[in-house]
Amino acid sequence: MTDADLLQLVPKAEGRQTMKDFKSDQEVRWCPGCGDYAVLAAVQGFMPELGLARENIVFVSGIGCSSRFPYYMNTYGMHSIHGRAPAIATGLATSRRDLSVWVVTGDGDALSIGGNHLIHALRRNVNLKILLFNNRIYGLTKGQYSPTSEVGKITKSTPMGSLDAPFNPVSLAIGAEASFVARTVDSDRKHLTEVLRQAADHPGTALVEIYQNCNIFNDGAFEVLKDRQRAEEAVIRLEHGQPIRFGADRSKGVVRDPATGDLKVVAVTPENEADILVHDAHSASPTTAFALSRLADPDTLHHTPIGVFRSVGRPVYDTLMADQLDTAVDQHGKGDLAALLAGGDTWTVVG
Amino acid sequence: MTSQVSSPAEQADGTVVGEQRTAAGTKGVRRLDRVIIRFAGDSGDGMQLTGDRFTSETASFGNDLSTLPNFPAEIRAPAGTLPGVSSFQLHFADHDILTPGDAPNVLVAMNPAALKANIGDLPRGAEIIVNTDEFTKRAMQKVGYDASPLEDGSLDGYHLHPVPLTTLTVEALKEFDLTRKEAERSKNMFALGLLSWMYHRPTEGTEKFLRSKFAKKPDIAAANIAAFRAGWNFGETTEDFAVSYEVAPAATAFPPGVYRNISGNLALSYGLVAASRQADLPLFLGSYPITPASDILHELSKHKNFGVRTFQAEDEIAGIGAALGAAFGGSLAVTTTSGPGVALKSETIGLAVSLELPLLVVDIQRGGPSTGLPTKTEQADLLQAMYGRNGEAPVPVVAPRTPADCFDAALEAARIALTYRTPVFLLSDGYLANGSEPWRIPELEELPDLRVRFAQGPNHTTEDGTEVFWPYKRDPHTLARPWAIPGTPGLEHRIGGIEKQDGTGNISYDPANHDFMVRTRQAKVDGVDVPDLGVDDPDGTARLLVLGWGSTYGPITAAVRRLRRAGQPVAQAHLRHLNPFPKNLGEVLRRYDKVVIPEMNLGQLATLIRAKYLVDARSYNQVNGMPFKAEQLAAALKEAIDD
Repeated sequence: MTDADLLQLVPKAEGRQTMKDFKSDQEVRWCPGCGDYAVLAAVQGFMPELGLARENIVFVSGIGCSSRFPYYMNTYGMHSIHGRAPAIATGLATSRRDLSVWVVTGDGDALSIGGNHLIHALRRNVNLKILLFNNRIYGLTKGQYSPTSEVGKITKSTPMGSLDAPFNPVSLAIGAEASFVARTVDSDRKHLTEVLRQAADHPGTALVEIYQNCNIFNDGAFEVLKDRQRAEEAVIRLEHGQPIRFGADRSKGVVRDPATGDLKVVAVTPENEADILVHDAHSASPTTAFALSRLADPDTLHHTPIGVFRSVGRPVYDTLMADQLDTAVDQHGKGDLAALLAGGDTWTVVG
Repeated sequence: MTSQVSSPAEQADGTVVGEQRTAAGTKGVRRLDRVIIRFAGDSGDGMQLTGDRFTSETASFGNDLSTLPNFPAEIRAPAGTLPGVSSFQLHFADHDILTPGDAPNVLVAMNPAALKANIGDLPRGAEIIVNTDEFTKRAMQKVGYDASPLEDGSLDGYHLHPVPLTTLTVEALKEFDLTRKEAERSKNMFALGLLSWMYHRPTEGTEKFLRSKFAKKPDIAAANIAAFRAGWNFGETTEDFAVSYEVAPAATAFPPGVYRNISGNLALSYGLVAASRQADLPLFLGSYPITPASDILHELSKHKNFGVRTFQAEDEIAGIGAALGAAFGGSLAVTTTSGPGVALKSETIGLAVSLELPLLVVDIQRGGPSTGLPTKTEQADLLQAMYGRNGEAPVPVVAPRTPADCFDAALEAARIALTYRTPVFLLSDGYLANGSEPWRIPELEELPDLRVRFAQGPNHTTEDGTEVFWPYKRDPHTLARPWAIPGTPGLEHRIGGIEKQDGTGNISYDPANHDFMVRTRQAKVDGVDVPDLGVDDPDGTARLLVLGWGSTYGPITAAVRRLRRAGQPVAQAHLRHLNPFPKNLGEVLRRYDKVVIPEMNLGQLATLIRAKYLVDARSYNQVNGMPFKAEQLAAALKEAIDD
């Protein structure tokens, strides 16, 4: 079985689904104005397009504001404990390949307390879709800095400014051997849906970082990427097979600096137009994807690429595990408990 | 003959040792009813393998047996030092025995360190076989021998056999194309051959084992077999060994059946595979390597053709997390660990209590706190299993009593987990894990039916007549909630660690609901159906009850037998279920004037018993990383009787 076939193991829905089918009867309890609403709506709106049997979809989350997500999805779901969702989802996905398993996590949940599980899920390439809501702040505990907060962040726990350098989740995921890494923004429903579509189509672990606004404790963190005028200069939309250009009239582009091998932003001219990097999400080497993940200025967020950085085929853990089980049966026959218990050396006591 | 056995008072089980001389060739043969042998050497000398092989020979011969491997945590501790000594003790008999024995009748010491580390455990008159080649000045000085103990008269009270094991082995292998160092490595097989001759052990099994172990290196296999045979022949020809010994099969000690030798961790692994079959659920193990539990992970990873999935996680937390995820998906889920791992898993166990999903948490206890004594045994995780979580988070606790009993205990833990939809602790320990004994292989028809019913449809009708599924609507008898696995249409539901409304399972912060849910989860565990506690009180005149749990069963029973033979009435009871306790436990405790609880901790069961039953139970404790000795326990119980 190929890894692409893996996705066919999840049964399809019988009738036509609508967004309403995926809304649970629970009242959504995020703060009014929270970016999570937009992501929830996008996911609920996208699910009918997937067309999978609702009962074969599972959302697993950890702890944090975003981790309440499963309660609002009319699928199977588990709201687990802080940081552990990737581990729990790994056990579920590897033992039930007929399920579509989604992990919802936040920057604190995934990158602080759960950092270990995240990187190991990525390296194993378990068939999980991980939605990492990054608001660069701790919301549920009321406003401490997070592992993605910019240095010097003034919060309740850092009145003189935070000291530690932040993680770049996309860089981290690529470094952890992720086979699919993307970034999108809560307010851009169309882009978010397109990224979800590609993530869902990817056999193996897909990590989607979603920039999400916390309007209570870190309002406007991504405003530069959302404000129509400023976004034109700040956001670089990655599309596989297309030259990486952005800005007013697509006047800027990304080229490789022949001196350092690194990437840099240049004004596009007729002379350098041919040098503009063409985005290759399927490149076997993660080098350029990693370089793209480093383009953005961590403080101003200028030159922030969004879209799919990397999407490559790699053996999926669940498939490999199932193959080993099949191989064991081929080699030794289906397990015979009586023979196992008897082992090799026995003796008989006659009554 | 006195060299073979110590005086009856020093016998582990108090058995009277008989003796009968028979003729066999030119050498005498004596019949013994039991022997305790200890192989001791450097951790690189292959003593565990030697002991394992001697055990297999002994098992296939049909003796009853009990083993005690004892090794350092370091893989290769500094050579020739006391901390680097690794040993393997084997007690075998023509009758039913319970422990690896208090004091060896025979010590095989491969170097001065092995002699020094073990001589204190030997009764006068014991036989000592030493590898004289290793008794160099430097090696002796390393462990503090100023003069050679082989010559200074300090071993006069023992029956000493000085054997140049290394030289003889190298000599025996000179035809092989091996370096001296390579040839020396086979000295443990020479020693095994010698002991196999001394005790009339069958040898085919060991030769077959060596051929298969070194299948890819036939030269090494042949060399080891040659060394093994040379050791046998040496015994037969040298005058130093004037007699050999027979220990007849323990035919009458065992009920009829087919038997094999089995260690605790192997029995536990088989118990899990059997539980999976009996439940008709796939087995999923999420685990992180830790001594002394790793062998279960190794063993289960071999049985993929039983549909067993083993997942070596990135840490202890992920091990249990993955298992819990698999439980949500409908697997028989297990995590295996030792004390430090339990500490890390605590939060997830609490989640499993809240989610009310079946999950086996196997804790092979070792010396603690912290890293403690990784390769030594202890029973000090009982209170951690009982209470080591935030909030009121009751978890049933089951404990095996002997290595072979780990099989049944695993099935029992699975029964409780599946019936009551709860995590269950299975508390084994290092002594049970690595020790071995004969096991009557059960017929498959004898195994319990563990099949479960997943929820298939709505289980509740709302006021307006709508049929709905309520994930926390309980079975009125067991209080278990339905197990509705993903993939079941119409039963989509969300569960989590936040307090849930009774019935619907929706998030609820309602004070009265929380109070109700806490009490209900407790009532569910309190209501787990466990069999009444059996009491062994043959003539009903005992005034003292000795109560134990876990691996102390062997030593306690051996001590009780001694006391009874000495005319002291004593009652014995042993708990398999630590939570909930058997319903008749309070009544049993009140039947006796005195209750003594021996434990390899500082009194954890005693604390529970005193708190719950207001009984003045007395503790008898040992936390030295080793199992109790029967003699010492018998003395302590005698003191309590007389007190």
